[in-house]
Amino acid sequence: MADRAARIASILTTQFAPVALQVADESHHHAGHAGAHPDGQTHFHVALTSPRFAGLGRVARSRLVHEALDQEFSSGLHALRLTLAAPEDDAA
Amino acid sequence: MTNPAATRIEADITANPVMLYMKGNKQFPQCGFSARVVQILNHMGVDYATANVLEDAELRDGIKQFSNWPTIPQLYVKGEFVGGCDIVTEMFQSGELAEMFREKGVPVRADA
Repeated sequence: MADRAARIASILTTQFAPVALQVADESHHHAGHAGAHPDGQTHFHVALTSPRFAGLGRVARSRLVHEALDQEFSSGLHALRLTLAAPEDDAA
Repeated sequence: MTNPAATRIEADITANPVMLYMKGNKQFPQCGFSARVVQILNHMGVDYATANVLEDAELRDGIKQFSNWPTIPQLYVKGEFVGGCDIVTEMFQSGELAEMFREKGVPVRADA
């Protein structure tokens, strides 16, 4: 398993044209937990600000990210903490 | 793709105005994300039912398919999918969660 964080960042950069993007591997916080894997790379936090989220609710924003990372979920991604925003959110 | 758990899920989210699919139960959540949602609902004094997906592989896969949502926990209010831990936490912090419960006629503690 290559570096999942880099893969996630690359996928999201391509699909979301982010204004801001941070991907953090938080797997070490969950060591020993049922979904954890000895090699880590199971639990991630993504903070993403993208124009694609404009006008969408929380569930719809998350679904877009889940869909983009479908392959990662199929290959061992266990939990994704999402902080999603649109550039316009601050102005609202 | 057929979902053998769908009928049961439909029945559960219809019978229980607030229904939480989680890992473990209210007394012993077995995942930090599930624990946080339990903590929030308890704090708000909301009456809710839970189902433990760890005890049932069919339900664990079925609920993800049902909601088209890849992770647990999942909160349903009046039959409607609200979100997982992040969304519930954000809505709690902003006051939207209490507002939503009141709008949907779910009693919450006055100071929640």
